[in-house]
Amino acid sequence: MAVSRRVVLRFPRSLVDQPIVSKLIRDYNLDFNILKASVSPREEGLLVLELMGQSKDFDKAMAYLTEAGVVTQPLSRDIRRNEQRCTDCGACVVMCPTGAFEVDEVTRKVLFEDTKCIACELCLLTCPPRAMELTF
Amino acid sequence: MPKTIAEINEKIRKGQAVVVNAEEVVEIVKKMGMSKAAQEVDVVTTGTFGPMCSSGAYFNVGHTKPKIKLGGGRSYLNDIPVYTGLAAVDVFLGATAIPDDDPRNKVYPGHFNYGGGHVIEDLVAGKDVRLSSTAYGTDCYPRKKLDTWINIKDMNQATLFNVRNAYQNYNIAVNVSDKMIYTYMGVLKPNLGNANYCSAGQLSPLLNDPYYKTVGIGTKIFLGGGVGYVAWQGTQHAPDSLRGDNGVPKRGAGTLAVIGDMKQMSPRYLVGTSFLGYGCTMTVGIGLPIPILSEEILQYTTVTDDEIFAAVIDYSDAYPNYKPDILGEASYGQLRSGKIEMDGKEIPTAALSSYPRALEIANTLKEWIKKGDFALTDPVELIPGVEQGVTFKPLNERPVEEK
Repeated sequence: MAVSRRVVLRFPRSLVDQPIVSKLIRDYNLDFNILKASVSPREEGLLVLELMGQSKDFDKAMAYLTEAGVVTQPLSRDIRRNEQRCTDCGACVVMCPTGAFEVDEVTRKVLFEDTKCIACELCLLTCPPRAMELTF
Repeated sequence: MPKTIAEINEKIRKGQAVVVNAEEVVEIVKKMGMSKAAQEVDVVTTGTFGPMCSSGAYFNVGHTKPKIKLGGGRSYLNDIPVYTGLAAVDVFLGATAIPDDDPRNKVYPGHFNYGGGHVIEDLVAGKDVRLSSTAYGTDCYPRKKLDTWINIKDMNQATLFNVRNAYQNYNIAVNVSDKMIYTYMGVLKPNLGNANYCSAGQLSPLLNDPYYKTVGIGTKIFLGGGVGYVAWQGTQHAPDSLRGDNGVPKRGAGTLAVIGDMKQMSPRYLVGTSFLGYGCTMTVGIGLPIPILSEEILQYTTVTDDEIFAAVIDYSDAYPNYKPDILGEASYGQLRSGKIEMDGKEIPTAALSSYPRALEIANTLKEWIKKGDFALTDPVELIPGVEQGVTFKPLNERPVEEK
């Protein structure tokens, strides 16, 4: 079965200089799209990938990553909206590159569709009441 | 037959007043006709919920033993500096104040995570805040240092006093330059990447009473989740602003100064707010009841988003350099559709003012009045209208000669 999944990969310092993703793609026959990549000042690496391929290959790839020492988790848990702080103003709507925010035509409330979210974090600091939160 | 506020209050007391919000009144007038609806409807409620920078609060924190004179020294609430140039233990906190050690825009664009508006939100949420002060000491106020937790319920007075709120209409902000800019109207993407606006439109208080026929000093309002009053015209009140044929301003125009006891307000309607690269402020909820004293007053309340226009202003040049140029006009109906068109280009729109929460405020105020909990007040004097010659002037700078 073909799957397409978004995952967050966290690389400890010891792995930052190794060709993990290259091996991942070559050996497990997956297509990938880099949604986000960064290396922190302490040299921990963060990579957000969309991986496409066969379900069994995907599972083997995840097992390989875990064994190599990469911490993995599905992306959907990354960006959350604090519903208490959101005021439904709508400032986020024009900032989001994937259109994850939409204004309901009837209620004018701002809907957040987290399946469209690629965790680019553009909404975090542009939300006036700071309702968008990053969690790992 | 015109009604009076006293007659409407009599109906409110008996629980018989007909109260509708500024959305509902449109349909009612369509169905009944203006004349019959003016007889039937007693009050139209409005609401707005947006960032309003000229907001703040003054507090009397109570005397310490031995006494301290905060005046002339430095005082902070949760590290936010407060103004102490008042009597011994009175201080004023402004919504845009930020900590002395905030990096501001030195690391551009600055984040501005916590400021005066956030302290006000924390206080009305019932949280303890830290009061830290240094003073110079006098014979009658010998103490020089103070560091304590304080709660709003322990203060003698905690009074919200906003010198400019409820702007009657506002600019639509765009950026024609080729780089991102960070403004109080939010982040504006280059080359007309987005258009940000900030008004509750057809629900907004002063857009429903465009000539200030009912609102004045002492008008009782919904303020920050509690009851407040109109204190005065707001700063930059500009009744002479450009108006459409319907009398509704097409630019920023009237404003209100409002006041109320913070102890009965709520963090749902006073929200500390941050604008990336710009600063801190507070989002304020206000609801104004409009007594339907005549057909004319009713007619003004039937205005809809399609009939209210605002000016599109370039915040990369025209705004900062105080140039009068506008790029065009758009109605709130167009803005709420999610895009406007400029020079054949579609520009996505975003609101900074929450329509759902403005509606919630108008509906809350409606319920208060219907239940008989909220009677209307007769203003002592109306705020200045078009004929009174109040204008909004720029600063006339005059060079200072060194002696």
